[in-house]
Amino acid sequence: MPRAVLGTFAVEWLQVLDERGKADPGLLPPLGEREVKDLYELMAISRVFDEQCLTLQREGRLGTYAAVRGQEAAQVGSAYALQQQDWLFPSFRENAALIARHQPLEMLMAYWAGDERGQQVPASLNNFPVAIPVGTQAPHAVGAAWAFQIRKEKAAALVYFGDGATSKGDVLEAMNFAGVFKLPVVFFCQNNQWAISLPAGKQTAAQTLAQKAIAFGFPGIRVDGNDVFAVYLATHDALERARSGEGPTFIEAFTYRVEHHTTSDDSSRYRAKAEVDLWRAKDPLLRLEAWMEGKGFLDKAYRETVWAEARKRVQEAVEKMEQLPPPKPGDIFDYVFAQLPPHLQEQKASLLRELGGQGGQA
Amino acid sequence: MTEMTMVAALNAAFRQEMARDERVVVLGEDVGVNGGVFRVTDGLLRMFPGRVFDTPLAETCIVGAAVGMAAAGLRPVAEIQFDGFLTAAFDQLVSHAARLRNRSRGRFTCPLVVRAPFTGGIHAPEHHSESMEASYAHIPGLVVVMPSTPSEAKGLLAAAIRSPDPVLFLEPKKVYRAIKEDVREEEYAIPLGKARVVQEGTDVTVIAWGAMLVPALQAAGRSSYSCEVIDLRTVSPLDVPCILQSVEKTGRAVVVQEGPHSFGVGAEIAAQLAEKGILHLEAPVERVTAPDVPTPLAKLEGLYLPSAERVGKAIERAMAFR
Repeated sequence: MPRAVLGTFAVEWLQVLDERGKADPGLLPPLGEREVKDLYELMAISRVFDEQCLTLQREGRLGTYAAVRGQEAAQVGSAYALQQQDWLFPSFRENAALIARHQPLEMLMAYWAGDERGQQVPASLNNFPVAIPVGTQAPHAVGAAWAFQIRKEKAAALVYFGDGATSKGDVLEAMNFAGVFKLPVVFFCQNNQWAISLPAGKQTAAQTLAQKAIAFGFPGIRVDGNDVFAVYLATHDALERARSGEGPTFIEAFTYRVEHHTTSDDSSRYRAKAEVDLWRAKDPLLRLEAWMEGKGFLDKAYRETVWAEARKRVQEAVEKMEQLPPPKPGDIFDYVFAQLPPHLQEQKASLLRELGGQGGQA
Repeated sequence: MTEMTMVAALNAAFRQEMARDERVVVLGEDVGVNGGVFRVTDGLLRMFPGRVFDTPLAETCIVGAAVGMAAAGLRPVAEIQFDGFLTAAFDQLVSHAARLRNRSRGRFTCPLVVRAPFTGGIHAPEHHSESMEASYAHIPGLVVVMPSTPSEAKGLLAAAIRSPDPVLFLEPKKVYRAIKEDVREEEYAIPLGKARVVQEGTDVTVIAWGAMLVPALQAAGRSSYSCEVIDLRTVSPLDVPCILQSVEKTGRAVVVQEGPHSFGVGAEIAAQLAEKGILHLEAPVERVTAPDVPTPLAKLEGLYLPSAERVGKAIERAMAFR
């Protein structure tokens, strides 16, 4: 038989909550009222945080900022599935995931205000510093997952990246390693359909990003990224698979970048307002609220408390961030190596001498 | 003492360090079953099963995964098969390995070693004979080591593996099997960041590293002048005090560098001497280097590599200057 079909594949799509907030009861994840409220509260505070950061940036109190709006379900739903011992590897648009993962809000702000101390996360949080070069964090997640496997720990690595990153060698090499060594890592791709000005359709000729996993020998699934239940379910199952030694999973969360790429971008140059408006209406928070109302989880008083509490916490974070004493000039030298080598001692002393009294303490 | 090649000495260092610290793991192309294309990791897979990994052919992910392993508490030693393929991992070295500690203000660290057979002289194919150490030495946060002899290689690799900082360990492949010397059997580490005076002298200081120590010592041996020969051991951070101390005595310096002439380690040494030792200098700093051309293939490689004869002439020029 000279010609034969050696393989066929299918790509699964998962949606639990539809756009009107109606759930498929057979697919609902086993989350109680408190847990659903956790998800809602985390999405709400992420929304308030995001809006506050955009305001701070316009006022010159924050540097360039990459907004999360529209991707809260994708980020909160996935990070919520992590356990304490797992590691999270974010790109630069993962504030909602990091908020869900208990990163102090003032630290997130401090980093985007230009302060490295914002990435000095508490030792109890295995949240890696954000990766700015696109996709370069995927090999790090593979390395950490490898360490868990070598030490026989029941832990997993969850790595976030976007549609653009799936064109990077780093991501594809990382997926290949994960497949070959059956590593406990979950590749969480938020396909927000725009890599700055390049639409996802020009990023790849493949019909879905999820199918890329198949070439590397492990499962890939596309989920509705604006459906927090679908995201949670897929990520929870993938992390369980990882921790129990069944290897990696690729999750494509299909969502949309409602805001500009960053505060330095003007997306009206390359995409139609009608498209943005369409997706603005598919707000993941509205969908969850509709479902919660139907279940009786969301009365007026609770809703007001949630948003008031979110605004209060974000306001407190702004104050904390702005009250942080300025970083010490010596800090730029002190963390380059474990011990300050002679040439850096010399350069540090020279800078502090130049600064004279203005240098503060070293 | 046992007489060993550099390959055997490196292998011995691996065996001792892996026995000493179970966090040490080895990854790279062909490093396991095959023992590495130069056999540096020969036998490690058998001795340390579950800690030596033959990876897919992907330099970016070899180094990138080592960054993640190191941050998660292992001590990975990654091998890049040849110098010319290290550039594929440049982003991971520069953007992550070298700055993880700094950008997280000490919260995450990156104690890894990336090894690569380096520099020329073995008539290898294209992209197998590069000497780009200056490109890596320019990266803040990265330690760059280039051993020169078997016993040096053993102690420096041990130190690199024990280092809390990321170390790029560049092995002169021409020396791999060319030199045999007595190497101590017991484990020992040679401090990083410290050069050594290989031969004392009073007339001129000859500074070399890696494979270039051989022509430097040959030229010094043949010279009628009293040559002090310094082996840098660690290219970055550079041991400036050691060089200064010597040149304060001799007043003359010859730098022997296999890489291209401009913007190299030799340029940095000359600049340091100009900044800190100008009043001791009796002559311009001589640089014996390759020309600023891509590394030629085997037939013309001899024109590229600094030879003992060229080093000898540079010594004569430095001494003749009045």
